[in-house]
Amino acid sequence: MERIPILKMGEYLLVTIQVDMHDRLAMTLQDDLTAKIVAARARGVLIDISALEIVDSFIGRMLADIAGMSRVLDAETVVVGMRPAVAITLVELGLSLTGVRTALNVERGMELLRRRIAGRNEDDAGSA
Amino acid sequence: MPVLLSEEHQIRQPEDVVLVRQAVRQKAVELGFNLVDQTKLVTAASELARNTLQYGGGGTLRLESLVDGLRRGLRLTFADEGPGIADIEQAMRDGFSTAGGLGLGLSGARRLSNEFHIDSRPGEGTRISITRWR
Ligand SMILES: Nc1ncnc2c1ncn2[C@@H]1O[C@H](COP(=O)(O)OP(=O)(O)OP(=O)(O)O)[C@@H](O)[C@H]1O
Ligand SMILES: [Mg+2]
Repeated sequence: MERIPILKMGEYLLVTIQVDMHDRLAMTLQDDLTAKIVAARARGVLIDISALEIVDSFIGRMLADIAGMSRVLDAETVVVGMRPAVAITLVELGLSLTGVRTALNVERGMELLRRRIAGRNEDDAGSA
Repeated sequence: MPVLLSEEHQIRQPEDVVLVRQAVRQKAVELGFNLVDQTKLVTAASELARNTLQYGGGGTLRLESLVDGLRRGLRLTFADEGPGIADIEQAMRDGFSTAGGLGLGLSGARRLSNEFHIDSRPGEGTRISITRWR
């Protein structure tokens, strides 16, 4: 079956969406990612959507669901590389992507993940 | 209003929604729409094609290139013979969904278009047409 690959890089997972996904493929990605966060004990997930020419309500909901689900599994999600035309269109569509962290590109996204995960480790140490 | 060109696509399975997005993109590029307008058209088409499949049980998209004096436009008409929509006003509201969705498809598609027409009758089906002018 057709699948979007998920790369493991240390304690992070990296997903680069390079095809125009139909809805079933998007659902499969969400399921695969949930399983992989647990199996790989990932602390962060980076989703690169720079190749996506549109984000509609379905993909928007998928991104929000992944972010929410990863939080429950103690991992942070950052979505990177949204094209400007896509961002403009999302606003008009009415999609706010609440709870989804975004960054300009993969480098910035990694930085954000590192900072947030480091911050969380400090919190844990402080409360222990 | 003169219709320059018209083509029809079937919407029967999730892959067809992808094909619809590609067909609309190609036509929007041909008509010289800028990138943001192309993106708006394709996004609106994606929402309506998914509704046609999900609620209408499948249907068709007709793509038409329009000329109105110096203006050029693209009209997309989605038609199905599904259950129809009993309360159109309610369905058009932001956040209204009978399927646990975000309820942004119809209202969003209207915001992303210059013209929006909906004709739906319970038991007969739904026809939605959107136009964007260049
Ligand atoms: N072609 C159709 N035939 C029958 N009912 C429809 C059709 N299109 C939309 N509807 C009804 O209108 C409601 C609102 O549609 P809309 O696309 O705005 O939201 P949604 O599909 O529920 O969620 P979203 O599109 O945000 O994922 C749907 O839940 C459905 O009940
Ligand atoms: Mg919808």
